[in-house]
Amino acid sequence: MANTQSMCTSFMKELMLAQHQFGSSTITSRTSLTAPTTDTFKAALYFASATVNAATTAYSVTGEVTNTSGSGYTAGGVTVTNATAPLSTNTTATAGVAYWTPSASFSWSALTVTTAFDAVLVYNSTQSNKAVSVHTFGSQTITSGTFTLTMPTNDTTNALLRLSTT
Amino acid sequence: MVLTTKGEMDESLLEKREGSVDNEIEMTTWVEYWLDGELVHRSAHVTLKKPVTFGGEAAAFA
Repeated sequence: MANTQSMCTSFMKELMLAQHQFGSSTITSRTSLTAPTTDTFKAALYFASATVNAATTAYSVTGEVTNTSGSGYTAGGVTVTNATAPLSTNTTATAGVAYWTPSASFSWSALTVTTAFDAVLVYNSTQSNKAVSVHTFGSQTITSGTFTLTMPTNDTTNALLRLSTT
Repeated sequence: MVLTTKGEMDESLLEKREGSVDNEIEMTTWVEYWLDGELVHRSAHVTLKKPVTFGGEAAAFA
């Protein structure tokens, strides 16, 4: 046997579960510091003309989709269904992946948005709306219809969010 | 019945147009219903295919 240098894959999962804290920070109080409850995540749509990217630090209404007519879209987006906690898998002695995918699609019905939108921001609404990730797709408009974002398979290569070492 | 800008309408009264896009980023399907040249319904279904990945690395002691 030999020791092999690598970040532990389970550590990456624990980061996603906020089980490690290397410095002081301010967070919204959870039920218990030893058994914190899962935060609530939300998904908001953004117009193609907006600017959400790696530099986005929190949810903002700036550039967020608004209804052309009707009320199919609510500011802030929809609540993410999160029935499956982050998972992790080692692939070799030096590589592994921690990953997470929402457990249901994001969907808006009876929606009319005739200005093109092409991005969804996933953010933590429990923790001051801190941004998690931005996902883009081909520009869409919806007229009295349904817009659905189906989640990829929750595995090491396709999950929506992946933390990996190689 | 189809929800349109003019309320619920029987599908047989409408012209249906469908399309899809399948690339490395997404697989998208859409359906439109037209009435006398006017778009009265459009829905889209996007399946995300490109995950967001963060790399991690452990530093070595020289």
